[in-house]
Amino acid sequence: MGIEIFYFLIFPGLLFSGIAGGLISWVDRKITARVQFRKGPPLLQPLYDFIKLLAKETIVPLKGSVATYILAPVFALFGATISAVFILLPVFGLESGFNGDLIVILYLLNIPSLTYIIGALASGNPLAAVGAAREMKLILSYEMPFVLVLISVIIKSGMTIRFADLIAYQSTHGSLIGSLSGIIGFITLLMCLQAKLGLVPFDMAEGEGEICDGIIIEFSGSILAIFKLTKYVMFIALPAFVCGLFFSGLPLSGIDVLWSILKLLVIVLLVTLIRNTNPRVRIEQAMKFFWLWMNLFAILSILLALLGI
Amino acid sequence: MNIKDLSFKKSLWVFHLSAGSCNNCDIEILDLLTPRYDVERFGMKLVGSVRHADVLLVTGIVTNKTKPRVLEVYEQAPKPIIVVAIGACPCTGGIFASGYNFAGPLDKVIPVDAYVPGCPPKPEAMLAAVMKLLGKPASEQAKES
Repeated sequence: MGIEIFYFLIFPGLLFSGIAGGLISWVDRKITARVQFRKGPPLLQPLYDFIKLLAKETIVPLKGSVATYILAPVFALFGATISAVFILLPVFGLESGFNGDLIVILYLLNIPSLTYIIGALASGNPLAAVGAAREMKLILSYEMPFVLVLISVIIKSGMTIRFADLIAYQSTHGSLIGSLSGIIGFITLLMCLQAKLGLVPFDMAEGEGEICDGIIIEFSGSILAIFKLTKYVMFIALPAFVCGLFFSGLPLSGIDVLWSILKLLVIVLLVTLIRNTNPRVRIEQAMKFFWLWMNLFAILSILLALLGI
Repeated sequence: MNIKDLSFKKSLWVFHLSAGSCNNCDIEILDLLTPRYDVERFGMKLVGSVRHADVLLVTGIVTNKTKPRVLEVYEQAPKPIIVVAIGACPCTGGIFASGYNFAGPLDKVIPVDAYVPGCPPKPEAMLAAVMKLLGKPASEQAKES
């Protein structure tokens, strides 16, 4: 029992993924600034943001469901943290997990998005409702290619649905990114990552210019701080998940640590460059993009995996 | 200085409220985000919702029509909040001071922490105002306002 609580609260869980995710979000902002020939925020900026938000006044809307409004970010943080634990333990090679944990991860990764929707609707703001509707449509769009890519990965690595076995297969047979189906699957998953993290081509749920931060419009103070922490945790959990699926995990022994950090940073760099070189698309353009093109890519990846390419 | 005040100073999120300006000060505010001035290196950024704001930048004259709106936005903001009057209009009324629908300078409506006069003020002047404000800890400002 003690070790599980340690996993959840300290090492791959809340404390570690909060700090590491904060650093990754700083890397994201710094790269963005460098792309635009700016200097960018200081290293401790995510920490300053978080502490400042904790110390600010928290406003609860008069009209709306108060308990749901306050609990939604807590559940979002809970879902993000527990998915980070399930992802990071096999990826770091600490625990082998259990048979079928890939499916559990798939479900857990949806909890933050779903609780964003619930929290936004509980706040009773019309713009938040628009953001929630967009987030809902976005989930419907990216979930299908996400699952299809996972199926392609499972087929390619010998029909196992245990995450640790996927990584073990890749460390003996070479990373999946080396094969054609792996490359196509990686591109598809990168797009889904962008939508899951709510970054620019697919950030219509938080469109700043049109619906004033959308789903988080009413959140302030410590509730917003918990939302930010959830974003930080997701910022390490999802790139680590992609590393586990395509780059044979993030081993922590010896000199491999540097390789692991490099792999994570490459994925963050790709995500950030996509977000800096694209404008925001409309929601129906995003749905068309995912349902038509990304599904085609994912099915192509499955076919290639079945052929063993 | 404790960590609370330090992080407040290092991470000011700015909400921009136009009380009826001619759009000139607003463009100068956006200049602050460009590579030449880059306020993100001080941790500042523009936010879309007043619920996330730490600084309220008010531009333009406060008319009888916009006075209740300005008050409402001020009350919606989580405290502590710093209010900065940008440009001649919210500071004194400028050339509109004798207008029939002028509802008084901004400090007659909401408490103001800093005044940046000019028509429009230079981005350097706005940066200097914020830097002077940051000399004071946030809790003191909250007591005053």
